[in-house]
Amino acid sequence: MSGFDKVVHSYEEAMSGLTDNMTIIAGGFGLCGIPENLISEIKRKGTRGLTLISNNCGVDDFGLGLLLPDRQIKKIIASYVGENAEFERQMMSGELNVELTPQGTLAEKMRAGGAGIPAFYTATGVGTLVAEGKDERQFKGRDYILEESITADFAIVKAWKADRYGNLVFRKTARNFNPMAATAGKITVVEVEEIVEPGQLDPDEINTPGIYVNRLIQSTFEKRIEQRTTRPSGE
Amino acid sequence: MALSRDQIAQRVALELQDGYYVNLGIGIPTLVANFVPKGIEVMLQSENGLLGMGAFPTDDDVDADLINAGKQTVTMAKGASIFDSAESFAMIRGGHVDLTVLGAFEVDVNGNIASYMIPGKLIKGMGGAMDLVAGADNIIVTMTHASKHGESKLLTNCTLPLTGRGCIKKVLTDLAFIEIKAGKFHLLERAPGVSVEDIIKLTQGELVVDGDIPEMKFS
Repeated sequence: MSGFDKVVHSYEEAMSGLTDNMTIIAGGFGLCGIPENLISEIKRKGTRGLTLISNNCGVDDFGLGLLLPDRQIKKIIASYVGENAEFERQMMSGELNVELTPQGTLAEKMRAGGAGIPAFYTATGVGTLVAEGKDERQFKGRDYILEESITADFAIVKAWKADRYGNLVFRKTARNFNPMAATAGKITVVEVEEIVEPGQLDPDEINTPGIYVNRLIQSTFEKRIEQRTTRPSGE
Repeated sequence: MALSRDQIAQRVALELQDGYYVNLGIGIPTLVANFVPKGIEVMLQSENGLLGMGAFPTDDDVDADLINAGKQTVTMAKGASIFDSAESFAMIRGGHVDLTVLGAFEVDVNGNIASYMIPGKLIKGMGGAMDLVAGADNIIVTMTHASKHGESKLLTNCTLPLTGRGCIKKVLTDLAFIEIKAGKFHLLERAPGVSVEDIIKLTQGELVVDGDIPEMKFS
């Protein structure tokens, strides 16, 4: 097989090398586009002391929330964490260190981290708790704060389709943080619904090039919906 | 009479212009989409990576991969586009969104806004709100004028942790439409049947009332 072939055949292999106290960047927004089986594998492994970077932390019994009962997460960097009772309990009791970060800043921290940019200035958070302890500087008469970028030992990513070389295509709003997460892991692990042969994806349609991807695994997904909202048919 | 949630949304909708790209926050702002005036087109931006958000899906069309920023299942409007979160916030932080409507707990005379945290009670996080208020030029805050206990939410100084500093210029409450400039609130319109005195009573920050204040219109 080609040296570009990223496919692995077990979740154990997909997450091998993950050890206590590592950092993990996870893609997903709410429960949409989360690497649900990779998260379950981390739960199964029982790895502890983890620092997680993810927009949200799942719900009590799905997504990253699964890592809470066994106290596997030491710290989380997220923008919104309101959907999870056990999370709230651990945060209030001080068992879990939470660093709330504006969503756009979080996305940019991942993007910059993956692009080798150590820090950037942004107007987001100026004059708020987020600005505390950060460098402030004016450009063209406006105040900005300096935000450091993020990289991690592992990035865990959910895509829709991939070829064996790890070229990725995302589907609808399940894309969200996944492309940036993919660039920011020392080891980037991607799970997908379908793997095709190299050449079968249109190069113009690839969202994330395989250069960022180290391991690729095909699986099936529950894709739980957080807020099912509908209108009557015929309207 | 204080405005209903729908009436607040209806009044905000009059600020929409044909061709606007608009970001609507959770709660009352979301309702604005129901009152887009006839003959104009707007495109709704959802910060999880969708420009051109459509209506809720029918049961048959529900797609777990297609949600809005409130994590509700949605559809895509004609001409919609999908992108990642960094691109989404490039639109927001780069000032490309024409109008942002969002809720708040408090606003003060210097245009400061508090909308995401009540220490000890509510610490769920700011989500995209800090990016939205820092990146947008044209923001309308919708909220009730006072709490259930009659405490004003239009203050000399915000008491809760800020979402943004000096970034709010327009507030639409259930009682009044207010502009913020030069460190003061300015009364622009009042809800039908609500007197200027009622508004003054429930506004803690300095409120300028210049001449006759017209009643709000909704179309």
